[in-house]
Amino acid sequence: MSEFKVKIGLECHCQITSLKTKLFCKCPADYRGKPPNTNVCPTCLGLPGTLPYLNMKAVEEAIKVALALNCKINKRMIFYRKNYFYPDLSKNFQISQYDYPLAVDGWVTIDVDGKDKIIRIKRVHLEEDPGRLVYRGGIDSSPYTLVDYNRMGVTLIEVVTEPDMEAPMEAKIFLQELRSILEHLGVSDGSLEGSMRCDANISIEGGSRVEIKNISSFKEVEKALSYEIIRQRSLLKRGAKVRRETRHWDEVRKITVALRAKEEEMDYRYFPEPDLVPIYLTDEMIERIRKHMPELPAVRKVRLVKQYGLTEYEARVLTSDKQLADFFEKLVSLHGKPKVDCSVVINELLRLLNEKNLEVRDLKFTPLEVSELLTMVDLGAISWKSAKYVLRRMVESGEHPKKIVELEGIRRISSVEEIERYVDIILNRYRDDVEAAIRDSKAIHRLVGEVLKETKMLADPKLTFEVVSKRIENLRRERQTSTSK
Amino acid sequence: MVKISHLTAKQIASLVLAGSLSPLDVVERYLERIKKLNPTINAFINVAEEHAKRTAEELEKALKKGFRGKLAGVPIAIKDIISTKGIETTCASKILKGYVPPYDATVIKRLKAEGAIIIGKTNMDEFAMGSSTELSAYGPTRNPWNLERVAGGSSGGSAAAVAARMAPASLGSDTGGSIRCPAAFCNIVGLKPTYGTVSRYGLISYACSLEQIGPMTIDVEDCALLMDIISGRDGFDSTLIDYKFKWDPGSVKGLKIAVPREFFGEGTDERVADLVWKVIKLLESNGAVYEEVSMPLARYALACYYIIAMSEASSNLARYDGVRYGLPCNLSLPWHEAFSEVRSKGFGMEVERRIILGCFALSAGYYGRYYLKALKIRTMIRDNVLSLFRKFDVIATPTTPFPPFKIGEKIGDPLSLYMADVDTVVANLTGVPAISVPAGFVDGLPVGAQFMANYCREDILLTIAKCVQDETKFNVYLPREAAI
Ligand SMILES: [Zn+2]
Repeated sequence: MSEFKVKIGLECHCQITSLKTKLFCKCPADYRGKPPNTNVCPTCLGLPGTLPYLNMKAVEEAIKVALALNCKINKRMIFYRKNYFYPDLSKNFQISQYDYPLAVDGWVTIDVDGKDKIIRIKRVHLEEDPGRLVYRGGIDSSPYTLVDYNRMGVTLIEVVTEPDMEAPMEAKIFLQELRSILEHLGVSDGSLEGSMRCDANISIEGGSRVEIKNISSFKEVEKALSYEIIRQRSLLKRGAKVRRETRHWDEVRKITVALRAKEEEMDYRYFPEPDLVPIYLTDEMIERIRKHMPELPAVRKVRLVKQYGLTEYEARVLTSDKQLADFFEKLVSLHGKPKVDCSVVINELLRLLNEKNLEVRDLKFTPLEVSELLTMVDLGAISWKSAKYVLRRMVESGEHPKKIVELEGIRRISSVEEIERYVDIILNRYRDDVEAAIRDSKAIHRLVGEVLKETKMLADPKLTFEVVSKRIENLRRERQTSTSK
Repeated sequence: MVKISHLTAKQIASLVLAGSLSPLDVVERYLERIKKLNPTINAFINVAEEHAKRTAEELEKALKKGFRGKLAGVPIAIKDIISTKGIETTCASKILKGYVPPYDATVIKRLKAEGAIIIGKTNMDEFAMGSSTELSAYGPTRNPWNLERVAGGSSGGSAAAVAARMAPASLGSDTGGSIRCPAAFCNIVGLKPTYGTVSRYGLISYACSLEQIGPMTIDVEDCALLMDIISGRDGFDSTLIDYKFKWDPGSVKGLKIAVPREFFGEGTDERVADLVWKVIKLLESNGAVYEEVSMPLARYALACYYIIAMSEASSNLARYDGVRYGLPCNLSLPWHEAFSEVRSKGFGMEVERRIILGCFALSAGYYGRYYLKALKIRTMIRDNVLSLFRKFDVIATPTTPFPPFKIGEKIGDPLSLYMADVDTVVANLTGVPAISVPAGFVDGLPVGAQFMANYCREDILLTIAKCVQDETKFNVYLPREAAI
């Protein structure tokens, strides 16, 4: 695999979903689920005469991100116009940053196979999201294109890395880390559709740099990069050249395709946005934000190890997703057995989620329900094995664990009286086996097996064995007294 | 019986507030004049008859309930580049034909709040690109003083409307002299305020770092009144500065005037230069002092202005693609072909020229050579001007180097047409305020004097202009058509 060295850099576009309004107007930032072109005003529609008016909250949120990514913050920030024609762009230019972005020169540590690796951050900047093109049917078959400007002007933060990743897996880990940081900061909800998008640069030793555009989710990045490595390697092996170009990730066909040369040679004619004045950030403002920064994943990881006695590995898995770590900590606060709770969250819950391609936030139950389930195990009301089954049913249906236990009759039978009733039935039904057991104690196991079967395996096996043994012993004694008479 | 059409805005408002005039009478009187005079002068693209009458009726009710607006019942003509809710706004371009803004520009909101009545949208050079109001999709505006001559540009319609008393006041926009040049050509007062003092929200951008909305009026008092109403911060224009307009008419005694040689020499009509000198001497006789100075960088101002304006225009006008409003694009074509088709159909020649030159100046290979260099020169010119303001209160120059020229005379030669802005662009490049006041007549054609002051010193400009006005009374002269 290591015949050619791979270098990967990422450009991640993340919506700041914590904002109430768009970047340059007062329209609600939450455009999802609204009828097309209803979440718009003259400004975000780019109507003649409208001007951008900067949402300073967006700058504050972006400063949080820049600080969390250990960046240097530019005290003087300037917006630029990036000029290009596209129907989803209401002004046919995008307000973005070019020279003098918000922040530069940061870094993030990621964990690759238990080893720390530093990914350098080149820059962090703010820009506006364009609208969306909507096709009836597929992009190829649709006879026309509709444009929905509801998203136009939503705040994006762009994080650009240096080409420090050497495998698709590392890109995926970086993106997980980034997402977790954004969620810990409370600035972005990565689960919302389209809230995180990515462009990737990839070069293989001996080849040119190829840019992959339009990767619509972090999940697709690894696939796109893996495909591209195979494609470029096979070119190089055949002695062919890897051309410097821009490619598009086709999510349906799972391949990258070259974009027309026209699109890659775009001259954006950047120039400073005359309708926005330079923003001057003060040390006081930055310090105030720094002071109020919430706990970040790296710090939380250390705390989880210390506070709950988890392993490094466990803490890392939990903090890779804020929701997961939150779920765990809530569960511990309710149930109070960190080791068990961690195992339930990582080994059982996470496995189920992966299997069903769900996120923690998709769950229809809270840590409280899981703690009630675990308490049933603690009290001996259900078996560990049943608990796992109930958890699966909870993930599927969102039903309360007690209800599932009741409805499906999943309950450990551990009262002697109840077991005795089943034993009576079985002893009556299998008289031959009873005789055999009286003669030879080894045959008792067969009766115990029948009782367990009769209770759908709910009866406590140890207790059942005791009850059956006692009954057979009694019968044996009765026989002996009657023969001795 | 007062002749309504010879009243200033201030006089109309006071008569309306006193109950001696009804807003509807005022509006109907002006509509009549527009009907009579506009077919020859072509100052209006769109007369908002219905809107004006309806607003006048509403205003009458409000007045009965105690409404006291500073512009109660005053009809105002608005350059067709300022967005007016419910009234077609086209920038005199085919590409915006049929576009009715769903919102009011901040300045319109403020005028309405004071009881002003929008009477119509005035003619202009397409997207404000021009210096004569000949480059309109609706044909040229004719100068009320001489119908063979241009009214000046690009706010020629707004100037001609006031000069012919089809409205007592109007709003224009000034990117390189577009308020001052037609004000001079039409014998009215025109003010380009300090950049950042009047919200541009709703002003359809041509070159956003240069342009400002400003008043065009019969006299200095109306100019001050409109400036007071339209200036001040809003929540839509980020470039606005903290500014409170304040003017106490005072004396010019002791004011120091700089007279830069470069504006009176070669290329300037001697008769124009003489009239402006007369005005300066007149100020001197009222106690001001003047000194001849040099502004060596002024000769680069025009080139610098055009590079910046065209660069910004190439980006600002990119939004006209036929997708959302205006001239519809051909849906059967691929989008990039549809865009270019609608743009070549919708834009006039001068607009296309400036977009192409602007794209060129911003393109990767030439950005440093043209756009960045222009920005550097802009900074040097600003330093030059500000250094003068450390010694002087105002800079005096002609408003234009020549009197109104004949329609069609310069149209074939864009470079000579661009020269009309040579005296005015410095104020736009630096952002300082500048005013044009009537300075007299050359062969019966009006000529203006321009004064520039330091940032936010509109008060000094108005004081100077008032002195000129009081001493000369040029502002009461009316063109023959309007005198009736
Ligand atoms: Zn909006």
